[in-house]
Amino acid sequence: MSDSRNAVLGNLRQSLRRSDDRATAEHAVEARLATHAANLVPERGRKNRVGLIELFIAEAAKVDVTIDRVDALAAVPRAIAAYLSTHNLPAKVTVAPDPALDAVPWQDQPTLGVRRGNADARDAVTVTGAFAGVAETGTLVLLSSPDSPTGLNFLPDAHIVVMMADRMLGTFEDVWTRVRSRGEGFMPRAVNWITGPSRSADIEQTLLLGAHGPKKLHLVLIDEPGA
Amino acid sequence: MQSTTRLFDDNSRKALADAPLQQALGKLSSNFTVKRALAAARLPEFEALRDQARDIKDHVLAHLDIYLERFEANVVAQGGVVHWCRDADEARATVLAICHEAGARTATKSKSMITEEIALNDHLEANGIEPIETDLGEYIIQLRHEHPSHLIAPAIHLNKNQVEATFRAAHTDLPPGRNLEEPRSLLEEARAKLRRRFLDADVGITGANMLIAETGSIVTVTNEGNADLTMTLPRVHIAIASIEKIVPTLEDATTLLRVLARSATGQENSVYTTFATGSRRTDDADGPSAFHVVLLDGGRSSLIGGAFQDMLRCIRCGACLNHCPVYGAIGGHAYGWVYSGPIGSVLTPGLIGIAEAAKLPGASTLCGRCEAVCPVRIPLPRLLRQWREKEFEQGLQSKTARFGLGLWAFLARRPQLYRAVVGVVMRILGRLARRHGSFYNLPFAAGWTADRELPAPEGRTFIDQWRARAGGHR
Repeated sequence: MSDSRNAVLGNLRQSLRRSDDRATAEHAVEARLATHAANLVPERGRKNRVGLIELFIAEAAKVDVTIDRVDALAAVPRAIAAYLSTHNLPAKVTVAPDPALDAVPWQDQPTLGVRRGNADARDAVTVTGAFAGVAETGTLVLLSSPDSPTGLNFLPDAHIVVMMADRMLGTFEDVWTRVRSRGEGFMPRAVNWITGPSRSADIEQTLLLGAHGPKKLHLVLIDEPGA
Repeated sequence: MQSTTRLFDDNSRKALADAPLQQALGKLSSNFTVKRALAAARLPEFEALRDQARDIKDHVLAHLDIYLERFEANVVAQGGVVHWCRDADEARATVLAICHEAGARTATKSKSMITEEIALNDHLEANGIEPIETDLGEYIIQLRHEHPSHLIAPAIHLNKNQVEATFRAAHTDLPPGRNLEEPRSLLEEARAKLRRRFLDADVGITGANMLIAETGSIVTVTNEGNADLTMTLPRVHIAIASIEKIVPTLEDATTLLRVLARSATGQENSVYTTFATGSRRTDDADGPSAFHVVLLDGGRSSLIGGAFQDMLRCIRCGACLNHCPVYGAIGGHAYGWVYSGPIGSVLTPGLIGIAEAAKLPGASTLCGRCEAVCPVRIPLPRLLRQWREKEFEQGLQSKTARFGLGLWAFLARRPQLYRAVVGVVMRILGRLARRHGSFYNLPFAAGWTADRELPAPEGRTFIDQWRARAGGHR
């Protein structure tokens, strides 16, 4: 295969007439990668926290995300139980082993079955945290980790995200800044941008929700007073 | 994939007579085109972002050798493997070898035009590995042994009755009396069938919308979530992409993503955009334990630096198809190879040769709508004209066409003679058609008059009229 590598790169270098300019070209590439400068960032994502939350809610609603706003982590179990009952979903959830969800008082809803761990094929409803919300397009960003297995985002019929309002960002550039701040090896195996529940228009251009991923995406947004 | 572009004329005639296809194509303008226009109008920075998207791709193409090396180094640093392939044969062999090494019997696949280009499914099947397409449209056409007819809507040529018949024929384990009248029930049936396949697959094969040099990540974009199930559940993930899919940084990828979905479907963002980097990390609960990237050249390295380099900016959004009057009339299959529409007409000659694809550059009215909507501003009409020039230089047109062009060129280079000849012809035609004002048939013009009448000249040429009206005053 190294023959093929040399052939492809050799042919490219010939096409690009790369010889004397190699050092200059490498320098240009290194500089671009090192600075990873933002390009034009849409104005719509530059707002204060309140404005961002309003924009997120408006954009997310357009792509069929449902949103419930509560004022404390303590209110989450009741909000989820109510959501499940309204949508005729089983009162049983698989919750990500995310420490951010450790403080949720699930015992307050004794009729709600809660299992912590990754999704299995039979799970109808999962609950995860999120790394960030992006107001620009109403997108949720999830990073894979032992605390946030990717299967939870894609296997269930309904995916519920529980997120503190202070995780709301304006634009995807803000997301990358925050991902980079994780330091060395900042990219997890998967960064998932999720903008609404799964859908397909492959049959007669008719848009239907729930192709392979979740049919429902629900956000419980926690605005802690004074936070 | 075997090309049938030589049969373009016959293919087009068949397409024009295909009622479900015509019905589907009729919806394009009220669906994709309207939605794209609305999405573009909603984002004030959209036109400026298109400029930047073009500039990012131009920068990458001018430094592609170096970016590919950086990408490779970063994939390897994350524990992944990069496989370089000169052509379709090498790419097929590489994927098969990875599957064999993994002891695989089934491979789920999310939509990838590169795997169409290298005819991967046939190769896997012939070697004992079952490929399972998971994008709903791709699944339908795989069951029908067809090829995609659109970059992002592969089964757009079918109606729901055809899908129903396909599912009834394929899913014989399900009750024959079940109701499959609505698209919803067809979707549910495919979801249930494919869920099992996702869970059981040994290898997951995805394409990649982009490759990020900075991080060694591959980017997938879907609305269904099938790419994510494909890459998350099996033991091995193979991402296959052509070399020009590189972008420098996460920020550059973000800029391209801002124009991609809006141009493709008119969505602000596709539902699932995934940046996959390496294999499962220590302590991760899921994800593949091996991560392979198969890089295909497939003729692209020779196009760089030449007259057709601009077409390698393409991000496969499908906007040029959706806005093309020719694609809108005949659909994708008539083009006879993997890529259709205006981008197909410029890519195909570049990738399989102008001799094979000589019909395609002519399949355009050069109206310019494709260039007007292209998110990376590929000058498609100019590239089509360049291919036409090549076609002429290499003598690939019919004798009649060459004779006609030769005659016209002879006259056009002699203005006096040209005016005299045209003047005489105009007067004769004008006189012949005096009664109706147009012709219903005319020698040598049956190609036109078979389907519509030819308006007759009114007897005087433009130059005559110009002289009479304004000639004295200039």
